[in-house]
Amino acid sequence: MNFKVALAQIKPKLGCVADNLAMVEAAVERGIAENANLVLFPELAVTGYFLKDLVPEVALSLNSPEIKRLTDLSRHISIACGFVEASTDYRFFNSALYLEKGEILHCHRKVYLPTYGLFDEQRYLARGDRFRAFDSRFGRIGLLICEDMWHVSAPYMLAMDGACTLLCLSSSPGRGLTADESLGSTSAWQKLTSATAMFLNSRVFYCNRVGFEDGVNFWGGSEVVAPCGSLLMRGKLFEEDFVVCSVDEGALRRERIFSPMMRDENLALTVRELRRIEKEREV
Amino acid sequence: MRGLVVNAKMLRLMLTAFIREEVLKVGLQRVVLGLSGGIDSALVAFLAAEALGPENVYAYTMPYRTSNPESEAHARLVAEQLGIRYEVVEITPMVDAYFSLYPQAGNLRRGNKMARERMTILFDHSAAHGALVLGTSNKTELLLGYGTLYGDMASALNPIGDIYKTQVWQLSEEMGVPREVIDKQPSADLWAGQTDEQELGFTYRQVDELLYHMVDLRYSRDELLAAGFAADFVDKIYQMVQNSHFKRRLPIIAKVSNRTIDRDFRYARDWGK
Repeated sequence: MNFKVALAQIKPKLGCVADNLAMVEAAVERGIAENANLVLFPELAVTGYFLKDLVPEVALSLNSPEIKRLTDLSRHISIACGFVEASTDYRFFNSALYLEKGEILHCHRKVYLPTYGLFDEQRYLARGDRFRAFDSRFGRIGLLICEDMWHVSAPYMLAMDGACTLLCLSSSPGRGLTADESLGSTSAWQKLTSATAMFLNSRVFYCNRVGFEDGVNFWGGSEVVAPCGSLLMRGKLFEEDFVVCSVDEGALRRERIFSPMMRDENLALTVRELRRIEKEREV
Repeated sequence: MRGLVVNAKMLRLMLTAFIREEVLKVGLQRVVLGLSGGIDSALVAFLAAEALGPENVYAYTMPYRTSNPESEAHARLVAEQLGIRYEVVEITPMVDAYFSLYPQAGNLRRGNKMARERMTILFDHSAAHGALVLGTSNKTELLLGYGTLYGDMASALNPIGDIYKTQVWQLSEEMGVPREVIDKQPSADLWAGQTDEQELGFTYRQVDELLYHMVDLRYSRDELLAAGFAADFVDKIYQMVQNSHFKRRLPIIAKVSNRTIDRDFRYARDWGK
Protein backbone atom coordinates (compact mmCIF):
# COMPACT_ATOMS: atom_id res chain seq x y z
CA MET A 1 0.00 0.00 0.00
CA ASN A 2 0.98 3.64 -0.40
CA PHE A 3 1.52 5.33 2.92
CA LYS A 4 3.16 8.27 4.64
CA VAL A 5 6.07 7.82 6.98
CA ALA A 6 7.21 10.42 9.52
CA LEU A 7 10.70 10.57 11.02
CA ALA A 8 10.69 12.31 14.39
CA GLN A 9 14.18 13.72 14.66
CA ILE A 10 13.97 14.65 18.32
CA LYS A 11 16.39 15.73 21.04
CA PRO A 12 15.83 13.48 24.07
CA LYS A 13 16.91 14.58 27.54
CA LEU A 14 19.38 12.26 29.19
CA GLY A 15 17.67 10.06 31.75
CA CYS A 16 14.38 12.01 31.75
CA VAL A 17 11.83 9.35 30.85
CA ALA A 18 8.69 11.40 31.60
CA ASP A 19 9.91 14.40 29.59
CA ASN A 20 10.93 12.22 26.69
CA LEU A 21 7.66 10.33 26.65
CA ALA A 22 5.87 13.68 26.50
CA MET A 23 8.13 14.62 23.57
CA VAL A 24 7.34 11.31 21.86
CA GLU A 25 3.63 11.77 22.44
CA ALA A 26 3.71 15.28 20.98
CA ALA A 27 5.47 13.94 17.89
CA VAL A 28 2.93 11.14 17.60
CA GLU A 29 0.16 13.75 17.68
CA ARG A 30 1.95 15.74 15.03
CA GLY A 31 2.27 12.64 12.86
CA ILE A 32 -1.45 12.04 13.17
CA ALA A 33 -2.16 15.70 12.35
CA GLU A 34 0.03 15.47 9.25
CA ASN A 35 -1.73 12.29 8.10
CA ALA A 36 1.30 10.07 8.54
CA ASN A 37 0.59 6.36 8.92
CA LEU A 38 3.87 5.42 10.58
CA VAL A 39 6.14 7.45 12.82
CA LEU A 40 9.73 6.52 13.66
CA PHE A 41 11.75 7.68 16.64
CA PRO A 42 15.48 7.39 17.28
CA GLU A 43 17.28 4.71 19.23
CA LEU A 44 16.76 5.21 22.99
CA ALA A 45 14.33 8.06 22.28
CA VAL A 46 12.68 7.50 25.66
CA THR A 47 15.90 7.72 27.66
CA GLY A 48 18.78 9.46 25.89
CA TYR A 49 21.95 7.71 24.83
CA PHE A 50 25.00 7.92 27.16
CA LEU A 51 23.11 6.41 30.08
CA LYS A 52 25.93 4.51 31.79
CA ASP A 53 24.76 3.64 35.33
CA LEU A 54 21.34 5.15 34.62
CA VAL A 55 20.38 2.12 32.54
CA PRO A 56 18.49 0.24 35.28
CA GLU A 57 16.82 3.45 36.45
CA VAL A 58 15.28 4.32 33.10
CA ALA A 59 14.42 0.79 31.97
CA LEU A 60 10.77 -0.10 31.32
CA SER A 61 9.20 -3.52 31.17
CA LEU A 62 6.95 -4.35 28.25
CA ASN A 63 3.91 -4.37 30.54
CA SER A 64 4.70 -1.03 32.22
CA PRO A 65 2.04 1.71 32.13
CA GLU A 66 4.39 3.86 30.02
CA ILE A 67 4.64 1.25 27.27
CA LYS A 68 0.91 0.56 27.56
CA ARG A 69 0.20 4.25 26.97
CA LEU A 70 2.49 4.36 23.94
CA THR A 71 0.91 1.17 22.61
CA ASP A 72 -2.55 2.71 22.97
CA LEU A 73 -1.42 5.67 20.88
CA SER A 74 -0.68 3.28 18.03
CA ARG A 75 -4.40 2.84 17.40
CA HIS A 76 -4.16 5.98 15.29
CA ILE A 77 -0.67 5.70 13.82
CA SER A 78 1.95 2.94 13.77
CA ILE A 79 4.97 3.72 15.96
CA ALA A 80 8.58 2.53 16.06
CA CYS A 81 10.42 3.77 19.12
CA GLY A 82 13.63 3.05 21.03
CA PHE A 83 13.83 2.57 24.81
CA VAL A 84 15.61 0.54 27.49
CA GLU A 85 13.76 -2.71 28.06
CA ALA A 86 13.91 -4.46 31.43
CA SER A 87 13.31 -8.19 31.10
CA THR A 88 11.70 -10.21 33.86
CA ASP A 89 15.10 -11.66 34.76
CA TYR A 90 16.52 -8.14 35.12
CA ARG A 91 18.56 -7.89 32.01
CA PHE A 92 18.46 -4.53 30.28
CA PHE A 93 18.28 -4.26 26.52
CA ASN A 94 18.66 -1.44 24.04
CA SER A 95 15.31 -2.25 22.39
CA ALA A 96 12.96 -0.93 19.76
CA LEU A 97 9.23 -1.47 19.71
CA TYR A 98 6.96 -1.63 16.73
CA LEU A 99 3.44 -0.71 17.79
CA GLU A 100 0.37 -0.93 15.60
CA LYS A 101 -3.39 -0.92 16.16
CA GLY A 102 -2.93 -0.84 19.90
CA GLU A 103 -0.62 -3.83 20.00
CA ILE A 104 3.06 -4.60 20.30
CA LEU A 105 3.77 -6.25 16.97
CA HIS A 106 7.48 -6.61 17.52
CA CYS A 107 10.25 -5.88 20.00
CA HIS A 108 13.79 -5.96 18.66
CA ARG A 109 16.68 -6.14 21.11
CA LYS A 110 19.83 -4.58 19.68
CA VAL A 111 22.26 -7.35 18.85
CA TYR A 112 25.44 -5.45 18.04
CA LEU A 113 26.30 -3.29 21.03
CA PRO A 114 29.26 -1.12 20.05
CA THR A 115 31.99 -1.13 22.67
CA TYR A 116 34.90 0.72 21.14
CA GLY A 117 35.96 4.32 20.63
CA LEU A 118 33.39 6.50 22.37
CA PHE A 119 30.93 3.60 22.75
CA ASP A 120 30.51 1.47 25.84
CA GLU A 121 27.17 -0.29 25.37
CA GLN A 122 28.24 -3.83 26.15
CA ARG A 123 29.28 -2.72 29.62
CA TYR A 124 25.79 -1.60 30.55
CA LEU A 125 23.41 -3.52 28.32
CA ALA A 126 22.51 -7.10 27.48
CA ARG A 127 22.80 -8.29 23.93
CA GLY A 128 19.84 -9.34 21.79
CA ASP A 129 20.01 -12.70 20.07
CA ARG A 130 17.81 -12.58 16.98
CA PHE A 131 16.78 -10.74 13.84
CA ARG A 132 13.18 -11.47 12.84
CA ALA A 133 11.03 -9.76 10.25
CA PHE A 134 7.34 -9.30 11.05
CA ASP A 135 4.14 -8.48 9.21
CA SER A 136 2.60 -5.04 9.47
CA ARG A 137 -0.11 -3.23 7.58
CA PHE A 138 2.66 -1.86 5.33
CA GLY A 139 3.95 -5.31 4.47
CA ARG A 140 6.81 -7.19 6.07
CA ILE A 141 9.22 -5.09 8.11
CA GLY A 142 12.70 -5.55 9.57
CA LEU A 143 13.76 -3.50 12.59
CA LEU A 144 17.37 -2.58 13.27
CA ILE A 145 19.02 -0.43 15.91
CA CYS A 146 21.97 1.70 14.79
CA GLU A 147 25.11 -0.51 14.93
CA ASP A 148 23.03 -3.54 13.86
CA MET A 149 22.97 -2.07 10.37
CA TRP A 150 26.78 -2.00 10.19
CA HIS A 151 26.77 -5.80 10.27
CA VAL A 152 25.89 -6.75 6.74
CA SER A 153 24.35 -10.03 7.89
CA ALA A 154 21.67 -8.23 9.92
CA PRO A 155 19.73 -6.44 7.17
CA TYR A 156 20.47 -9.41 4.90
CA MET A 157 18.75 -11.81 7.29
CA LEU A 158 15.78 -9.50 7.66
CA ALA A 159 15.46 -9.18 3.89
CA MET A 160 15.73 -12.95 3.50
CA ASP A 161 13.03 -13.22 6.15
CA GLY A 162 10.83 -11.29 3.73
CA ALA A 163 11.23 -7.71 4.90
CA CYS A 164 10.82 -5.15 2.10
CA THR A 165 11.01 -2.23 4.51
CA LEU A 166 13.93 -1.78 6.87
CA LEU A 167 13.55 0.59 9.81
CA CYS A 168 16.74 1.74 11.45
CA LEU A 169 16.55 3.69 14.70
CA SER A 170 19.77 5.47 15.50
CA SER A 171 21.67 7.67 17.95
CA SER A 172 24.72 8.34 15.84
CA PRO A 173 27.38 10.61 17.34
CA GLY A 174 28.80 13.14 14.87
CA ARG A 175 32.56 12.80 14.46
CA GLY A 176 35.36 12.62 11.97
CA LEU A 177 35.55 16.23 10.80
CA THR A 178 37.80 16.59 7.76
CA ALA A 179 38.00 18.99 4.86
CA ASP A 180 35.07 17.13 3.26
CA GLU A 181 31.63 18.62 3.07
CA SER A 182 30.12 16.09 5.51
CA LEU A 183 31.24 14.66 8.81
CA GLY A 184 32.80 11.21 8.54
CA SER A 185 29.91 9.65 10.44
CA THR A 186 27.34 11.37 8.23
CA SER A 187 28.84 10.33 4.91
CA ALA A 188 29.41 6.77 6.17
CA TRP A 189 25.77 6.43 7.15
CA GLN A 190 24.54 7.95 3.90
CA LYS A 191 26.52 5.39 1.94
CA LEU A 192 25.27 2.62 4.19
CA THR A 193 21.57 3.41 3.96
CA SER A 194 21.77 3.78 0.20
CA ALA A 195 23.84 0.64 -0.36
CA THR A 196 21.67 -1.43 1.97
CA ALA A 197 18.52 -0.37 0.15
CA MET A 198 20.14 -1.14 -3.19
CA PHE A 199 21.62 -4.53 -2.20
CA LEU A 200 18.41 -5.74 -0.65
CA ASN A 201 15.89 -4.03 -2.96
CA SER A 202 14.26 -2.66 0.16
CA ARG A 203 13.18 0.71 1.45
CA VAL A 204 15.22 2.08 4.31
CA PHE A 205 13.80 4.49 6.86
CA TYR A 206 16.58 5.87 9.03
CA CYS A 207 15.74 7.98 12.08
CA ASN A 208 18.63 9.65 13.90
CA ARG A 209 18.45 12.00 16.88
CA VAL A 210 19.98 15.42 17.47
CA GLY A 211 21.30 17.33 20.49
CA PHE A 212 24.38 17.04 22.67
CA GLU A 213 25.32 14.79 25.56
CA ASP A 214 28.53 15.70 27.40
CA GLY A 215 29.87 17.50 24.34
CA VAL A 216 29.02 14.71 21.90
CA ASN A 217 26.67 15.81 19.15
CA PHE A 218 24.11 13.67 17.36
CA TRP A 219 23.89 14.81 13.77
CA GLY A 220 20.31 14.07 12.68
CA GLY A 221 19.97 13.80 8.91
CA SER A 222 17.20 11.17 9.10
CA GLU A 223 16.39 9.64 5.75
CA VAL A 224 13.79 7.95 3.63
CA VAL A 225 15.59 5.90 1.00
CA ALA A 226 13.86 4.25 -1.96
CA PRO A 227 14.46 0.55 -2.78
CA CYS A 228 16.75 1.61 -5.64
CA GLY A 229 19.00 3.36 -3.12
CA SER A 230 18.07 6.92 -4.03
CA LEU A 231 17.27 9.43 -1.36
CA LEU A 232 13.62 10.50 -1.16
CA MET A 233 13.85 12.86 1.77
CA ARG A 234 16.38 13.90 4.38
CA GLY A 235 16.01 15.72 7.71
CA LYS A 236 18.11 18.71 8.74
CA LEU A 237 21.60 18.24 10.08
CA PHE A 238 22.07 18.93 13.83
CA GLU A 239 18.57 20.39 14.28
CA GLU A 240 15.28 18.94 15.36
CA ASP A 241 13.09 18.08 12.42
CA PHE A 242 9.97 16.19 11.48
CA VAL A 243 10.25 14.60 8.06
CA VAL A 244 7.05 13.41 6.39
CA CYS A 245 7.42 11.45 3.19
CA SER A 246 5.04 9.59 0.90
CA VAL A 247 6.02 6.02 0.23
CA ASP A 248 4.98 4.51 -3.07
CA GLU A 249 4.22 0.81 -3.17
CA GLY A 250 4.70 0.83 -6.93
CA ALA A 251 8.32 1.91 -6.58
CA LEU A 252 9.05 -1.21 -4.55
CA ARG A 253 7.26 -3.44 -7.01
CA ARG A 254 9.06 -1.93 -9.98
CA GLU A 255 12.47 -2.09 -8.31
CA ARG A 256 11.97 -5.74 -7.52
CA ILE A 257 11.15 -6.37 -11.19
CA PHE A 258 14.13 -4.37 -12.51
CA SER A 259 16.65 -5.69 -10.02
CA PRO A 260 15.53 -9.12 -8.82
CA MET A 261 18.62 -9.80 -6.68
CA MET A 262 16.56 -10.81 -3.68
CA ARG A 263 14.54 -13.21 -5.82
CA ASP A 264 17.76 -14.78 -7.11
CA GLU A 265 19.53 -14.87 -3.78
CA ASN A 266 20.54 -18.46 -3.06
CA LEU A 267 19.63 -19.04 0.55
CA ALA A 268 20.61 -22.72 0.59
CA LEU A 269 24.05 -21.92 -0.79
CA THR A 270 24.57 -19.12 1.72
CA VAL A 271 23.55 -21.29 4.66
CA ARG A 272 25.64 -24.24 3.44
CA GLU A 273 28.76 -22.14 3.03
CA LEU A 274 28.27 -20.32 6.34
CA ARG A 275 27.93 -23.71 8.08
CA ARG A 276 31.16 -24.83 6.47
CA ILE A 277 32.90 -21.63 7.54
CA GLU A 278 31.58 -21.98 11.06
CA LYS A 279 32.83 -25.57 11.21
CA GLU A 280 36.24 -24.68 9.83
CA ARG A 281 36.62 -21.84 12.30
CA GLU A 282 36.01 -24.22 15.19
CA VAL A 283 39.33 -25.95 14.64
CA MET B 1 48.88 18.62 6.54
CA ARG B 2 45.87 17.49 4.60
CA GLY B 3 44.29 15.77 7.59
CA LEU B 4 44.59 18.84 9.76
CA VAL B 5 42.67 21.03 7.35
CA VAL B 6 39.00 20.86 8.27
CA ASN B 7 35.70 22.06 6.92
CA ALA B 8 35.69 25.30 8.91
CA LYS B 9 32.03 26.09 8.21
CA MET B 10 30.99 22.73 9.63
CA LEU B 11 33.31 23.18 12.60
CA ARG B 12 31.84 26.60 13.29
CA LEU B 13 28.35 25.14 13.20
CA MET B 14 29.28 22.30 15.55
CA LEU B 15 31.08 24.45 18.11
CA THR B 16 28.46 27.18 18.29
CA ALA B 17 25.75 24.53 18.64
CA PHE B 18 27.82 22.92 21.40
CA ILE B 19 28.04 26.16 23.37
CA ARG B 20 24.39 27.03 22.88
CA GLU B 21 23.01 23.63 23.76
CA GLU B 22 25.31 22.82 26.67
CA VAL B 23 24.66 26.24 28.26
CA LEU B 24 20.89 26.37 27.69
CA LYS B 25 20.30 22.81 28.87
CA VAL B 26 21.54 23.62 32.37
CA GLY B 27 19.08 26.50 32.51
CA LEU B 28 21.59 29.30 31.89
CA GLN B 29 22.17 31.74 29.05
CA ARG B 30 25.48 33.37 29.84
CA VAL B 31 29.16 32.50 29.74
CA VAL B 32 32.31 34.07 31.12
CA LEU B 33 35.78 33.71 29.72
CA GLY B 34 39.23 35.13 30.12
CA LEU B 35 40.27 37.13 27.10
CA SER B 36 44.06 37.14 27.04
CA GLY B 37 44.60 38.92 23.76
CA GLY B 38 45.71 35.64 22.20
CA ILE B 39 44.04 33.71 19.45
CA ASP B 40 42.52 30.84 21.47
CA SER B 41 40.43 33.00 23.77
CA ALA B 42 39.62 35.36 20.90
CA LEU B 43 38.22 32.45 18.92
CA VAL B 44 36.19 31.21 21.89
CA ALA B 45 34.79 34.73 22.33
CA PHE B 46 33.76 34.76 18.67
CA LEU B 47 32.12 31.35 18.98
CA ALA B 48 30.32 32.31 22.20
CA ALA B 49 29.04 35.62 20.81
CA GLU B 50 27.66 33.82 17.79
CA ALA B 51 26.14 31.04 19.90
CA LEU B 52 24.50 33.11 22.64
CA GLY B 53 24.51 36.70 21.44
CA PRO B 54 27.21 39.20 22.50
CA GLU B 55 25.14 40.47 25.42
CA ASN B 56 25.46 37.06 27.08
CA VAL B 57 29.23 36.88 26.88
CA TYR B 58 31.31 38.31 29.76
CA ALA B 59 34.98 38.62 28.96
CA TYR B 60 37.77 39.56 31.36
CA THR B 61 41.31 40.53 30.70
CA MET B 62 43.37 39.94 33.82
CA PRO B 63 46.80 41.44 33.34
CA TYR B 64 49.75 41.21 35.69
CA ARG B 65 52.23 44.07 35.77
CA THR B 66 54.66 42.16 33.53
CA SER B 67 52.01 41.35 30.92
CA ASN B 68 52.61 42.78 27.48
CA PRO B 69 50.35 45.86 27.06
CA GLU B 70 49.73 44.73 23.50
CA SER B 71 47.81 41.75 24.91
CA GLU B 72 45.26 43.97 26.60
CA ALA B 73 44.96 46.09 23.48
CA HIS B 74 44.23 42.98 21.40
CA ALA B 75 41.71 41.70 23.92
CA ARG B 76 39.91 45.04 23.86
CA LEU B 77 39.92 45.01 20.08
CA VAL B 78 38.21 41.60 20.07
CA ALA B 79 35.68 42.64 22.71
CA GLU B 80 34.83 45.84 20.86
CA GLN B 81 34.50 44.13 17.51
CA LEU B 82 32.08 41.60 19.01
CA GLY B 83 30.22 43.99 21.32
CA ILE B 84 30.54 41.57 24.25
CA ARG B 85 30.68 42.68 27.87
CA TYR B 86 34.24 43.43 28.83
CA GLU B 87 36.19 44.31 31.93
CA VAL B 88 39.84 44.50 32.93
CA VAL B 89 40.69 43.03 36.32
CA GLU B 90 44.27 43.59 37.35
CA ILE B 91 45.77 40.62 39.26
CA THR B 92 48.99 42.31 40.33
CA PRO B 93 47.85 43.18 43.90
CA MET B 94 46.72 39.63 44.71
CA VAL B 95 49.68 37.91 43.13
CA ASP B 96 52.25 40.28 44.61
CA ALA B 97 50.65 40.05 48.05
CA TYR B 98 51.08 36.30 47.94
CA PHE B 99 54.64 36.26 46.65
CA SER B 100 55.71 38.83 49.23
CA LEU B 101 55.56 35.74 51.48
CA TYR B 102 57.69 33.72 49.02
CA PRO B 103 59.98 36.19 47.27
CA GLN B 104 62.33 33.42 46.11
CA ALA B 105 59.63 31.80 43.92
CA GLY B 106 60.64 31.35 40.27
CA ASN B 107 58.84 31.86 36.97
CA LEU B 108 57.03 28.53 37.01
CA ARG B 109 55.42 29.10 40.40
CA ARG B 110 54.56 32.67 39.54
CA GLY B 111 53.10 31.72 36.19
CA ASN B 112 50.97 28.98 37.73
CA LYS B 113 49.78 31.28 40.49
CA MET B 114 48.72 33.89 37.95
CA ALA B 115 46.82 31.31 35.92
CA ARG B 116 45.04 30.11 39.07
CA GLU B 117 44.34 33.65 40.21
CA ARG B 118 42.61 34.26 36.89
CA MET B 119 40.66 31.04 37.27
CA THR B 120 39.27 32.10 40.66
CA ILE B 121 38.20 35.43 39.19
CA LEU B 122 36.41 33.76 36.29
CA PHE B 123 34.59 31.31 38.55
CA ASP B 124 33.64 34.15 40.88
CA HIS B 125 32.18 36.10 37.97
CA SER B 126 30.40 33.00 36.75
CA ALA B 127 28.57 32.91 40.08
CA ALA B 128 27.92 36.67 39.93
CA HIS B 129 26.35 36.45 36.47
CA GLY B 130 24.77 33.00 36.57
CA ALA B 131 27.12 31.93 33.81
CA LEU B 132 29.34 29.01 32.84
CA VAL B 133 33.10 29.39 32.46
CA LEU B 134 34.31 28.65 28.96
CA GLY B 135 37.69 26.97 28.60
CA THR B 136 40.13 28.17 25.99
CA SER B 137 42.72 25.35 25.91
CA ASN B 138 43.20 23.80 22.49
CA LYS B 139 43.98 20.14 21.79
CA THR B 140 47.68 20.77 21.24
CA GLU B 141 48.10 22.39 24.65
CA LEU B 142 45.95 19.80 26.37
CA LEU B 143 47.90 16.89 24.89
CA LEU B 144 51.25 18.44 25.68
CA GLY B 145 50.15 19.52 29.15
CA TYR B 146 51.15 23.06 28.25
CA GLY B 147 48.82 24.70 30.72
CA THR B 148 48.25 25.10 34.44
CA LEU B 149 46.21 22.45 36.18
CA TYR B 150 43.23 24.14 37.88
CA GLY B 151 44.35 27.35 36.22
CA ASP B 152 43.74 27.99 32.54
CA MET B 153 42.86 24.28 32.16
CA ALA B 154 39.83 24.71 34.44
CA SER B 155 36.44 25.39 32.87
CA ALA B 156 32.87 24.17 32.66
CA LEU B 157 32.80 23.83 28.86
CA ASN B 158 35.64 23.83 26.41
CA PRO B 159 34.60 24.39 22.80
CA ILE B 160 38.11 24.15 21.34
CA GLY B 161 39.64 21.28 23.32
CA ASP B 162 39.34 18.87 20.38
CA ILE B 163 40.94 21.11 17.76
CA TYR B 164 44.64 21.61 17.24
CA LYS B 165 46.32 25.02 17.20
CA THR B 166 46.61 24.76 13.42
CA GLN B 167 42.84 24.35 13.26
CA VAL B 168 42.36 27.24 15.70
CA TRP B 169 44.12 29.40 13.12
CA GLN B 170 41.95 28.04 10.35
CA LEU B 171 38.67 28.57 12.20
CA SER B 172 39.78 32.04 13.33
CA GLU B 173 40.22 33.04 9.68
CA GLU B 174 36.74 31.71 8.94
CA MET B 175 35.18 33.66 11.82
CA GLY B 176 36.93 36.96 11.20
CA VAL B 177 39.15 37.17 14.27
CA PRO B 178 41.24 40.38 13.87
CA ARG B 179 44.28 39.90 11.65
CA GLU B 180 46.79 41.12 14.25
CA VAL B 181 45.52 38.50 16.73
CA ILE B 182 45.81 35.70 14.16
CA ASP B 183 49.25 36.72 12.96
CA LYS B 184 51.06 37.29 16.23
CA GLN B 185 53.37 34.81 17.93
CA PRO B 186 51.49 32.62 20.42
CA SER B 187 52.54 33.43 23.98
CA ALA B 188 51.43 32.49 27.48
CA ASP B 189 52.51 36.08 28.34
CA LEU B 190 53.60 35.06 31.81
CA TRP B 191 56.84 36.97 31.54
CA ALA B 192 58.27 39.48 29.08
CA GLY B 193 59.31 38.11 25.71
CA GLN B 194 57.95 34.58 26.33
CA THR B 195 56.69 32.76 23.23
CA ASP B 196 55.18 29.29 23.18
CA GLU B 197 57.21 27.98 20.28
CA GLN B 198 60.48 29.20 21.78
CA GLU B 199 59.65 27.64 25.12
CA LEU B 200 58.43 24.35 23.63
CA GLY B 201 61.31 24.08 21.18
CA PHE B 202 59.22 23.30 18.12
CA THR B 203 56.51 24.99 16.10
CA TYR B 204 52.80 24.32 16.49
CA ARG B 205 52.58 23.25 12.86
CA GLN B 206 55.30 20.65 13.42
CA VAL B 207 53.84 19.24 16.58
CA ASP B 208 50.25 19.31 15.32
CA GLU B 209 51.26 17.25 12.35
CA LEU B 210 52.92 14.71 14.64
CA LEU B 211 50.11 14.64 17.20
CA TYR B 212 47.54 14.21 14.46
CA HIS B 213 49.32 11.12 13.18
CA MET B 214 50.13 9.79 16.65
CA VAL B 215 46.85 10.43 18.42
CA ASP B 216 44.14 10.73 15.80
CA LEU B 217 45.44 8.28 13.21
CA ARG B 218 47.12 6.03 15.80
CA TYR B 219 50.33 5.61 13.81
CA SER B 220 52.83 3.32 15.54
CA ARG B 221 56.34 4.60 16.27
CA ASP B 222 57.69 2.76 13.23
CA GLU B 223 54.98 4.22 11.03
CA LEU B 224 55.74 7.72 12.32
CA LEU B 225 59.42 7.30 11.49
CA ALA B 226 58.55 5.94 8.06
CA ALA B 227 56.31 8.99 7.53
CA GLY B 228 59.38 11.18 8.06
CA PHE B 229 59.12 12.29 11.69
CA ALA B 230 62.48 12.40 13.52
CA ALA B 231 62.88 9.75 16.20
CA ASP B 232 63.92 12.15 18.95
CA PHE B 233 60.96 14.41 18.19
CA VAL B 234 58.53 11.49 18.26
CA ASP B 235 59.94 10.22 21.55
CA LYS B 236 59.98 13.65 23.15
CA ILE B 237 56.36 14.37 22.28
CA TYR B 238 55.22 10.91 23.35
CA GLN B 239 56.87 11.54 26.72
CA MET B 240 55.24 14.94 27.04
CA VAL B 241 51.82 13.47 26.40
CA GLN B 242 52.41 10.63 28.85
CA ASN B 243 53.93 12.75 31.60
CA SER B 244 51.15 15.34 31.48
CA HIS B 245 48.32 12.84 31.49
CA PHE B 246 47.56 13.53 35.16
CA LYS B 247 46.50 17.02 34.13
CA ARG B 248 43.76 15.59 31.93
CA ARG B 249 42.24 13.40 34.63
CA LEU B 250 40.29 14.00 37.81
CA PRO B 251 42.22 13.37 41.03
CA ILE B 252 42.48 9.65 41.66
CA ILE B 253 40.45 8.28 44.52
CA ALA B 254 41.52 5.44 46.83
CA LYS B 255 38.99 2.69 46.27
CA VAL B 256 37.45 1.01 49.30
CA SER B 257 33.72 0.66 48.55
CA ASN B 258 31.89 -1.14 45.78
CA ARG B 259 30.93 2.08 44.07
CA THR B 260 33.70 4.58 43.72
CA ILE B 261 33.09 7.87 41.96
CA ASP B 262 34.05 7.68 38.29
CA ARG B 263 35.20 4.06 38.50
CA ASP B 264 31.99 2.14 39.14
CA PHE B 265 29.74 5.12 39.81
CA ARG B 266 29.38 6.35 36.27
CA TYR B 267 27.05 9.00 34.98
CA ALA B 268 27.30 11.53 32.20
CA ARG B 269 27.66 15.10 33.35
CA ASP B 270 24.53 15.89 31.37
CA TRP B 271 22.61 13.49 33.62
CA GLY B 272 19.00 14.72 33.69
CA LYS B 273 19.62 17.50 31.16
